[in-house]
Amino acid sequence: MTELRIGVFVCNCGSNIGSIINCSELADYAKNLPNVVFAEDNLYTCSETGLTKIKNGIKEHNLNRVVVAACTPRTHEPLFRGICNEMGLNPYYFEFVNIREQCSWVHQKEIHKANLKARDLVKMGVARSARLEALEKYQVEVTSSSLVIGGGISGITAALSLAEQGFEVYLVEKKRKLGGMLNDLYRISPNYEDPSEYLQLVKKVEQQPKIILHTNSEIISIEGYIGNFYVTIKGQNKVESVEVGTIIVAVGAQVLKPVDYYNYNGKDIITHQELEKLLKENKINQKNIVMIQCVGSRIEERHYCSNICCMNALKNAIIIKERAPDTNITILYRDINTPGTKNELYYRDVRKNEVIFLRYNVNKPPVIEDGKIRVYNNSLKDDIELDYDLVVLSTPLIPNEDNKALSQMLKVPLEENGFFLEAHVKLRPVDFATDGLFVCGSAKWPVSISEAIAQAKATAAKAAIILCKPRFEVEGSTARVDTEKCVGCEVCIKICPYGAITKDDNDQVLVRNVLCKGCGLCGATCPHQAISINHFTNPQILSQINALVERE
Amino acid sequence: MEFEPKILGFLCNWCSYAGADLAGVSRIQYPPNLRVIRVMCSGRVDPVFVLDALMKGLDGVLVLGCHLGDCHYIDGNYEAESKYRALEMLLENINLNDRINLDWVSASEGMRFADLVDEFTEKIKSLGPSPISSSTKDLKLLDELQAIKRVFSNSRIRSLIGRERKITLLENTYGETIDFEKFNKILKDALDSEFYRSQIYLSLLKKSASVKDISQEINIDKTLVFKNLLMLRQRGLADVAGVDGLDPIYKAL
Repeated sequence: MTELRIGVFVCNCGSNIGSIINCSELADYAKNLPNVVFAEDNLYTCSETGLTKIKNGIKEHNLNRVVVAACTPRTHEPLFRGICNEMGLNPYYFEFVNIREQCSWVHQKEIHKANLKARDLVKMGVARSARLEALEKYQVEVTSSSLVIGGGISGITAALSLAEQGFEVYLVEKKRKLGGMLNDLYRISPNYEDPSEYLQLVKKVEQQPKIILHTNSEIISIEGYIGNFYVTIKGQNKVESVEVGTIIVAVGAQVLKPVDYYNYNGKDIITHQELEKLLKENKINQKNIVMIQCVGSRIEERHYCSNICCMNALKNAIIIKERAPDTNITILYRDINTPGTKNELYYRDVRKNEVIFLRYNVNKPPVIEDGKIRVYNNSLKDDIELDYDLVVLSTPLIPNEDNKALSQMLKVPLEENGFFLEAHVKLRPVDFATDGLFVCGSAKWPVSISEAIAQAKATAAKAAIILCKPRFEVEGSTARVDTEKCVGCEVCIKICPYGAITKDDNDQVLVRNVLCKGCGLCGATCPHQAISINHFTNPQILSQINALVERE
Repeated sequence: MEFEPKILGFLCNWCSYAGADLAGVSRIQYPPNLRVIRVMCSGRVDPVFVLDALMKGLDGVLVLGCHLGDCHYIDGNYEAESKYRALEMLLENINLNDRINLDWVSASEGMRFADLVDEFTEKIKSLGPSPISSSTKDLKLLDELQAIKRVFSNSRIRSLIGRERKITLLENTYGETIDFEKFNKILKDALDSEFYRSQIYLSLLKKSASVKDISQEINIDKTLVFKNLLMLRQRGLADVAGVDGLDPIYKAL
């Protein structure tokens, strides 16, 4: 084994660390730790000067491990790993010690104790660095085509965007017709556009040579990983297998049929989706129309707000009013949700337009009885009775029933309601945690058409980042199985969130590196302690604990 | 001088470590007693690590992960919870359960992170130094911890904990779903008997002894000692070494 030669670089970060931690003393302390052959402090380790000092340190002192005590690995680790790499040192031989965010900034009034803590942290880092192992990143070949699941406005937009960039796209729609919910709408809020304007995109899809269309089709299996997904599509007459590099989930959602609500009957008590159909057919001539908002949403079993129903009800009310100004329209609501620069003004306009808004109490919801609606009014502390010829219920968009099956094929999570769950609500809104998989539109939460289009374009852009390169690099910090210790009990196979662990033809358990995310769950669970987690091995972690309790 | 506990923290990279970073960026001040080991997921924390830290005399161990449902690795923190709960069960037997804590901190909860560290540090301060690290080192407790560490290295126990969520949420090999209460009882029984066996085995490793001697040494009922000795014999870990009067003497193998 080559002799360990650890170099420690302590960053003052101007005065951010230096004003609390005595960095030159800390560097002196580090010099006396086992295997440390060089240590110094710098004003800014991440500056050009600081980086040059690391490079020189590696060269002059023949360092084979580099420890930087500075800020947080969450922001600066890639930079220092890059420097190691540049100097011919395996980037996984780099170790980061956080003495700013988790020390100097949070113990400003306890300088002595902060200095003792910084020493402990450096000692732990040095001990860990001595046990670091060189790792390689894995290169994955990428098939430069994509699968888009769902042919509604999101799916169409994503598919067109990718096709126009020159990538082949398989667009799979389970119904006969593309366009999804647009086919059911009369006009689109808030500008009363005719959906057929959007449905022009369907023609574009059909004429786009790069898009291979599968209507009346469903996905029956998905195997593989980023760059190399193997998808089986079942059409009406045939089953076809295709290979793609990325997958975009754009399956949309469905309207809740309010079977258990307000004596819904599909005749004089209907949903907004059914109202749109009647508007299209010009069949609305009722005198008294009552709309009820939040039917089956924002309740115990379905917490969420469906986002699009307020604007939709307002739009339909105006359309009816314009056709027949004598119609009495009452909207029974809990809260009106009209965010955006124009929507709130639009709502105020509707109020001026002789549409009556009555707020109802969720604990005393409206009751339909003997041809009348009774609604309790909080201000009057009494019921108001309304005549009706037509009741329109604003029901939410709910997840498709087959989301669960699809999520299991993709090995991605659903949230509590059954919508698809993105990797991070703010930082990664259209990614799944698994590489190469994306989500857009109402598949993850009911959205308006403009939002659906924006998200669809985002997924196409993200997918293109992967598709435009022949190879993709994935992290080297994955799990590995010690075949001597493994007894094949399969606990790891069942526990892996990514299905990254399988058995080969010889019944030997193995980790598929490109699927493994290095979470370490299998390592902590393996009954025979036969799995070690690269870069977070047991010896590495135990060495940190040991360093912490060691007496000097 | 006031007691300054040394507390080890396992923070997951995506939520709690990021929450700790945010506490720093926001300059929220908290006690300087925590020493952090960053792991990718709280589910990486093998109970053996926590036991190792306690055996080495650290005063407390804090494990922080993403909130349930927010795990970067889908459900790693649920697995962390299973492991932690099992660990807590056995540490309760030796009164050390108050020295460990598992909780959740999101990347945006800098304040919550600081509060949790604050609370836990206060709690450990009120408990006083670890009985292992104090000058009157509690050797009996160290033996018990050693036994618990053996329990959590035992493949039967590890596989039971590893299968918990599958068995209670989905179904076992025979297509049955075991309800959570029932599973907990099974787990507790398994942990307790494995704990006895480990204690008996470790005691025999030090010195061959009769059932009565062992019973006195580790302070458990003679019937229990005998029952578990039989199990150890079956596993080939103990055997009869000789006879003292009418009492058989056992040895570790």
